[in-house]
Amino acid sequence: MISLLDTAEEAEFRAEARDWLRANVPGPLPSGDTRDGFAEHLHWERALFDAGWAVVSWPRRYGGRDASLWQWLIFEEEYYAAGAPQRVTQNGIFLLAPTLFEFGTPDQQDRLLPRMAAAQDLWCQGWSEPGAGSDLAAITSRASAVEGGWRLNGQKTWTTRGAFSTHLFGLFRTDPAAARHRGLTYFLVPLDADGVTVRGFGRLDGDEGFAEVFFDNVHVPADAVLGEPGSGWQVAMSTTGSERGLTLRSPGRFLHTAQRLIALAAAQGDRLRPAVRERVTRAWLNARAYQLFTLNQVTDLVEGRAPGARSSLNKLFWSRLDIELHEIALELLGGEAVLDSPWTRGFQFSLAGPIYAGTNEIQRNIVAERVLGLPRA
Amino acid sequence: MRFALTEDQVALRDAVTAPLAAGDWDALAGIGVFAAMTDLGLDETDLVPVLEEVGHAAVAAPVTATAFVAAPLLLALGDDRAAAGTLRVAVAGPGGLTPFGGHADLVLHLDGGTARAGGARVKASTVDISLDAVASTAGEVLTDDPALVGAAAARAALGHAAELVGLGRRMLELTVGYVKQRHQFGAPVGSFQAVKHQLADAYLGLEFARPAVLAAAWALREGAGAREAVDGAVVLAADAAHAASRAAIQCHGAIGYTVEYELHRYAKRAWALAALATPGDRLDALATTIGLPKEL
Repeated sequence: MISLLDTAEEAEFRAEARDWLRANVPGPLPSGDTRDGFAEHLHWERALFDAGWAVVSWPRRYGGRDASLWQWLIFEEEYYAAGAPQRVTQNGIFLLAPTLFEFGTPDQQDRLLPRMAAAQDLWCQGWSEPGAGSDLAAITSRASAVEGGWRLNGQKTWTTRGAFSTHLFGLFRTDPAAARHRGLTYFLVPLDADGVTVRGFGRLDGDEGFAEVFFDNVHVPADAVLGEPGSGWQVAMSTTGSERGLTLRSPGRFLHTAQRLIALAAAQGDRLRPAVRERVTRAWLNARAYQLFTLNQVTDLVEGRAPGARSSLNKLFWSRLDIELHEIALELLGGEAVLDSPWTRGFQFSLAGPIYAGTNEIQRNIVAERVLGLPRA
Repeated sequence: MRFALTEDQVALRDAVTAPLAAGDWDALAGIGVFAAMTDLGLDETDLVPVLEEVGHAAVAAPVTATAFVAAPLLLALGDDRAAAGTLRVAVAGPGGLTPFGGHADLVLHLDGGTARAGGARVKASTVDISLDAVASTAGEVLTDDPALVGAAAARAALGHAAELVGLGRRMLELTVGYVKQRHQFGAPVGSFQAVKHQLADAYLGLEFARPAVLAAAWALREGAGAREAVDGAVVLAADAAHAASRAAIQCHGAIGYTVEYELHRYAKRAWALAALATPGDRLDALATTIGLPKEL
């Protein structure tokens, strides 16, 4: 039976989340991609954790509340509807954590997950290198087996919030003789280890939200490996599924932006031009379409039908939607669009959407080859 | 919440594909397609996957109008012939333009809260010659119950949306097959990114329209926000099918711009249904629904 209504249990969960968020969401915080703003966001993350809302879908022993995927989605909807801050912990809790649950040893899970949930350890993703972006398998950073562990050398870059993070998860080449996708290993690295240098630098919006990370004979213990040595590609691919799919970009975020856009347009009254009125309506409709697509996807997941390469569809859609919503806002703002504001900031950030988590060109290749069955070049 | 087809819904959908491909009206009646909304007690969410297949097959008969629109409306008026599949009913679109009106037993007009039977019919030349369209004039009043007529009109629009998704899927499947076997520069043209990316985008549009169609079916069943949901589904499905037609013709190259190859049939059916479903008017109505002011 199909139903788009909350069950009694889901409604109760929604009400509880809404009440807590209403009472606790702070006013607008400075950007979490600046040093000071990041610190303020950490206060918020710890408040979320203390109240049990930081990682709702995780087991209780790691700080979650054993919420179902539906409840997670409901929490996300309420979170963005309440105007709550961006999640500066997202690379840990949404990207690394699902991989840790799948591939981590019990010791790794017990050691890392509670500190991640409490925003004590802050994780960044170390994949891209100066010579390896879309072609991720071309990475050259390497790890050599040494007495009691591994020695890391090389460089990662475009690392989001790397300058404010305490830990990095990333891929390193452990077998230089193996073919591209083989011979890679997934490492969990503390950024305060000897030999690590982190240099933050400005993104398009000027915030120090990027970093490059240098590894110069960095020693890590054997249990810094997630999954088996040499299986890094498969382990990493489970993270890309999360990153492209719904766990990173739940529909609540875009529905909230669409509501803000409608309010901005409605405020123009009779001055709202018909062409813009139509564009606003289409953008709202697309946000709604993304929501319905994900409700279908969550049902499939709950019933054991994995999305596989279809998670590239989410990424293509939400990244285009985010730009659409912000471009229309700039048009509505007219001359005011030269000012630094949440809309102009949001527009600049939206332009990163088709680039991070695998460029949209790569996503289209994936859809064409792995979903539609077109031949590889 | 639970938002995916059930096993029974998938089974019904799969059962209709062969009779639809054969254009076998009696076989469809045998499966219960026309009685689905009445005797069988099924609802809109059960039928829209079937109607997507009707679109996919580009059936040259008023299957959707009879099963989805006329059967429940006429039964409420005491006439069970559409539900039995013995009365072929076409539904008039804007201006009385009626797809499959040429060989329908009855034309239904659903305007302004009143359902009327069609009177005089004049053959209409349309972009899709398999549409067998007529311009029909509204005649005798069948009912002016606004709930009955409103539901029928909403189902007619949603039927177009579901068919458009199916047509888009058909065009995409045809194109994927073609670009795998067509070679240029010593390689299948489907291995080129310029082709792949167009088809991936066309697929994306269809995959995001389908849940909106199913959600509108649910909204109709529940009587909750149905008008808005149907309008949105029509806009998304019409856009997606149009984009699929563009990508399909372009990626076929010159063979796609001929009537010697089947693609044109699906493209023209999609253009015709999209025109009849009036997505522009619906987008305008949606704008008002979400609170956007309108220039006077």
